[in-house]
Amino acid sequence: MDQIPILSLITYAPLIGALILFLWPGATGRAVRWIALLGTGVSFVLSLAMLAAFDRSAPGMQFTEFIDWLPGLGIAYRLGVDGISAPLVVLTTLLSLISVVASWDPIQRRVREYYISLLLLETGMLGVFVSLDLFLFYIFWEVMLIPMALIIGIWGSENRVYAAVKFFLYTLAGSLLMLVGIVAVYQAYFEQTGVRTLNVLELAQGTYGQAFQMWAFAAFFLAFAIKIPMWPFHTWLPDAHVEAPTAGSVILAGILLKMGGYGFLRFNLPLFPDATRAWAPFIIVLSLIAIIYGALVALVQPDLKKLVAYSSVSHMGFVTLGIFALNAQGLYGAMIVMISHGLVTGALFLLVGILYERAHTRQISAFGGLHRSMPVAAAFWGLFAFASLGLPGLSGFVGEFLAILGGFRVYRWAGVIAMFVVILAAWYMLWVLQRIVMMRAPGEPPDPDDPELRLATAHAVPPAAGGAGPHEHAVDPRTFPDVNWKELLTLAPLAVLTVWIGVYPGYLMRILRPAIEQVLTGFGRIGF
Amino acid sequence: MEWIADWLFIIPLAPLVAAAVNFLLGRWWIRDRAHWIAVPAVGISFLASIPAFLAVARQHGPLTQHLYTWIPAGDFQVPVTLYVDQLTAVMLLVVTGVSFLVHLYSVGYIDGDSGYHRFFAYLPLFVFSMVMLVLASNFLVLFVFWEAVGLCSYLLIGFWFRRRSAADAAKKAFIVNRIGDFGFGIGVMLLFVTLGTLNYAEVFERVETLSAGTVTAIALLLFTGAVGKSAQVPLFVWLPDAMEGPTPVSALIHAATMVTAGIFMVARTHPIFVASPTAMLVVAIVGAITAFIAATIAVTQYDIKRVVAYSTVSQLGYMAIALGAGAWIAAIFHLFTHAFFKALLFLGSGSVMHGLHDELDMRRMGGLKRYMPLTYWTFLIGAAANAGILPLAGFWSKDEIIVGAWVAGYPVIALIALAAAFFTSLYMFRAVFMTFHGEERFDRAHLHPHDPPWTMSVPLVVLAAGAALAGFVGVPPEQGWFHHLLEPVFEGTAHHEVSPVTTLAFGAISTVIALAGLYAAAAAYVLGAISPAAVAERLGPLYRLAYNKWYFDDIYQRLIVEPARGFATFLWRQIDVGIIDAAVNGAASLVVWTSQLWRRAQTGLVANYVLAIALGTVIIVGAYLVAGSNLFR
Repeated sequence: MDQIPILSLITYAPLIGALILFLWPGATGRAVRWIALLGTGVSFVLSLAMLAAFDRSAPGMQFTEFIDWLPGLGIAYRLGVDGISAPLVVLTTLLSLISVVASWDPIQRRVREYYISLLLLETGMLGVFVSLDLFLFYIFWEVMLIPMALIIGIWGSENRVYAAVKFFLYTLAGSLLMLVGIVAVYQAYFEQTGVRTLNVLELAQGTYGQAFQMWAFAAFFLAFAIKIPMWPFHTWLPDAHVEAPTAGSVILAGILLKMGGYGFLRFNLPLFPDATRAWAPFIIVLSLIAIIYGALVALVQPDLKKLVAYSSVSHMGFVTLGIFALNAQGLYGAMIVMISHGLVTGALFLLVGILYERAHTRQISAFGGLHRSMPVAAAFWGLFAFASLGLPGLSGFVGEFLAILGGFRVYRWAGVIAMFVVILAAWYMLWVLQRIVMMRAPGEPPDPDDPELRLATAHAVPPAAGGAGPHEHAVDPRTFPDVNWKELLTLAPLAVLTVWIGVYPGYLMRILRPAIEQVLTGFGRIGF
Repeated sequence: MEWIADWLFIIPLAPLVAAAVNFLLGRWWIRDRAHWIAVPAVGISFLASIPAFLAVARQHGPLTQHLYTWIPAGDFQVPVTLYVDQLTAVMLLVVTGVSFLVHLYSVGYIDGDSGYHRFFAYLPLFVFSMVMLVLASNFLVLFVFWEAVGLCSYLLIGFWFRRRSAADAAKKAFIVNRIGDFGFGIGVMLLFVTLGTLNYAEVFERVETLSAGTVTAIALLLFTGAVGKSAQVPLFVWLPDAMEGPTPVSALIHAATMVTAGIFMVARTHPIFVASPTAMLVVAIVGAITAFIAATIAVTQYDIKRVVAYSTVSQLGYMAIALGAGAWIAAIFHLFTHAFFKALLFLGSGSVMHGLHDELDMRRMGGLKRYMPLTYWTFLIGAAANAGILPLAGFWSKDEIIVGAWVAGYPVIALIALAAAFFTSLYMFRAVFMTFHGEERFDRAHLHPHDPPWTMSVPLVVLAAGAALAGFVGVPPEQGWFHHLLEPVFEGTAHHEVSPVTTLAFGAISTVIALAGLYAAAAAYVLGAISPAAVAERLGPLYRLAYNKWYFDDIYQRLIVEPARGFATFLWRQIDVGIIDAAVNGAASLVVWTSQLWRRAQTGLVANYVLAIALGTVIIVGAYLVAGSNLFR
């Protein structure tokens, strides 16, 4: 190894933070938070340096690290990033850093344990994105599971234990299937070549029989389909989201869901191209169901977090649609949707958390008229709601349009059905925007200078009722303070990136290009 | 003037910067000085449009300026290139010119509102989006700004967001437009998949290679977008509600500019429509139905802004008729004149509202002529222009549309258009008479109507001049300066020769019809010869149909909105919770239940275990023997 092992540094910086916290039981809350900030901060800065040094013209893995581990079994410590994983690494470090800041005030109980979990979780997530050895990948995949379940189960809200167990079991079931798949591929490659290896890149060189591919594909697919999650494996998501603390939801939506999409791109497509082609139409149908179903169910949610959770199901449908369209536009679309969704939905969960801190409820009907009491928060609500509903000029549109176009290129009907969501997304997002940001607080009378009121008085007609009806046991939204500087700090970078990717996706797309081209080499390079 | 090609970016950039500055700094620093940023910025945009117009008017060649590549996704490349030909140049002048006047008017109108800076952030943002929409040279870029103007429309309709009605109207506008955009988006994708490009020039070159069915599909899908944005039947329902926005917004966005984007788009992409006679026929029919339905509704409404709004819908229908008839220049000509008189009518209504403390109901107006003469005379010019009274602007352009439909072989549509013209004249003069003539029905003790301050009256006067004179750029019909200017854009499309006799005949007929409408309105609302109530009574169901806006909103609510919500609830409660989650929880319960069962075996008593081991051994050995092993033989 003749260069700095930057990927290891990025991955283990949070782990070092976690170790320090673990070995220092007496740390004050303040010290704990600063150590966590340092750990995630170092990781973030290093990941930016990695991205800056990333060669955008070179295909293949970069910053590779290799240490022999169990050579007899073909297991090695093998890291590397390409155009697909590099942006996801940066997304992970960014959202983790933001999560540390977002948890600063809300988490006051078992602070040390909380941040240890969060830091461990970050190392697990980063490890998943940088591992090139299936054994190592599997370790990180499982490492990530436990702290996430703890974060939901300990620092969550009322029904947290149910949600944590459900999350854990669902994901574990998927992981076990994947383990079977890993062993199967390992064995098949050994029988074919006489070489024992778990190197993903090497395994992808093997040719496997059709029947074997179908089964192995299914094993990997189920693990990732649960993670992303695809319909009908999605029901852990609304519960996990609703019960998780804000930072948990941000990481869950922002990064954990992306593991599914990443898994498809890294394993299913390169390892099992024939099975991919065979399964693709079926998966596209499931994606379309997810897109429309998620949006429709989001439409009738009374709980803010559940609404965002179901909208995630819908958005992740675009990812799988784009990937299994198996052409350039689809893959670009899928990747951009993943990154955009990480930013936008992460921000929406932060916003929900900001409201929850003030109102101690997430019922949409408890809010109204926030534009007046929280003008800055309202502006962010507007921005991210429109980004989520796919307004051109913001990041969501670029990804969704490309994914739909990719689908349309393969099956006209798939593009048409997916496109239909532009109506539903506008419907549920604007409905929410109206109910919480616009109108008046529940039960609030019209302003004295409201022309409506003046006319009503002049004609002796009672003014039309504003806002929702009075809400019991809820704090009056009129008294909410606007976002403080810490909250602003978590939202602003996401806003800037959302606009940037929407206006100038070229930077990101040039990073993605070689990797996407490589993935598609086995599929005829359609769309290049 | 060719130097302007390198400076085209100024036209959109100036309002964009103004919007950004007012949005980011407005609340803390700029506040009620926001117009000092916005008004000059839009002025710069207008001034920069003039040399661009002159350049293309003289040399007949388009100007282009490449900015950057927006989406580089394999063979799907989307460049952002500004493109100015004669059509764009006309649109640029209309958009930036009317925008400038409306910005100026708003300084007085929005004065004192707590959202002053917000208003002057949204309004320039709209100008930026609209200017980019007309400057686009690529279908996806067009689509982007098509949605962006929708966003601005949403923000401005919902400007007084604390009112439920405004919030509802904003949401409705965006969602209904998205229904159109759904079709538009599919049309764009179909274009790319069949032609491999989305750049106008390349698309228009390759249209011929497409099959008739594909071209028709593309044209109709694109037109779906126009149906939404330009408020055609059946998606027009958002536009009247959009009147919840401040009046200058109605004038700029919902009359003069944004709603004409659909008309512009069809004209811009005319090579696709020309290739499909079926699509053209559909456009013309939709236009005729829209023109007629909206005109009948306008006659029955009492809210002055809604009358003008339905009038806008109706006039957009006329423009669609022209497009469908292949009378491209007539469509743009009407778009051009309509911008003047409709903006004028809205600003005039705003002036009335300003004088009457936001009163909108014409039943509580009357006799205002005395108090606000400037408003009266300008409004009257606008109304007469809209009604098609010779020689005001609307006469020339509307007449050309009707003639265009006739010579294109759509006699029925021409007749419907003439019938709608009667209603047009009727509702326009009804509005004038109910507002400005007759007895004073407002609260005279508290209200003291007066003409507005200069920032508001200057735009009225300028627009009135336009409404009176703008038609002359298209005189003589079919041969005017305007026609020669736009000819290069529509070169190569079939042109129907119009004989002078036809022109004169239709001019005479439509003048008679307009005067008939004027007389009917006067008889009902000034002379008292006809009782409107009695007429309504006699027409019964027909009147109620028009008064209730042909029940479009109710039908949508019952047949689409409510079933959709019901279905969504079903998916959530029955499928998600009832089946999928129940299955998951059921599987978990099953595991728990079987575990409970097995747990009973774990008694902890060694004797039990020994017994179990012994029994097990016996069973295994027994089975082995029974199975016929040779071991013990």
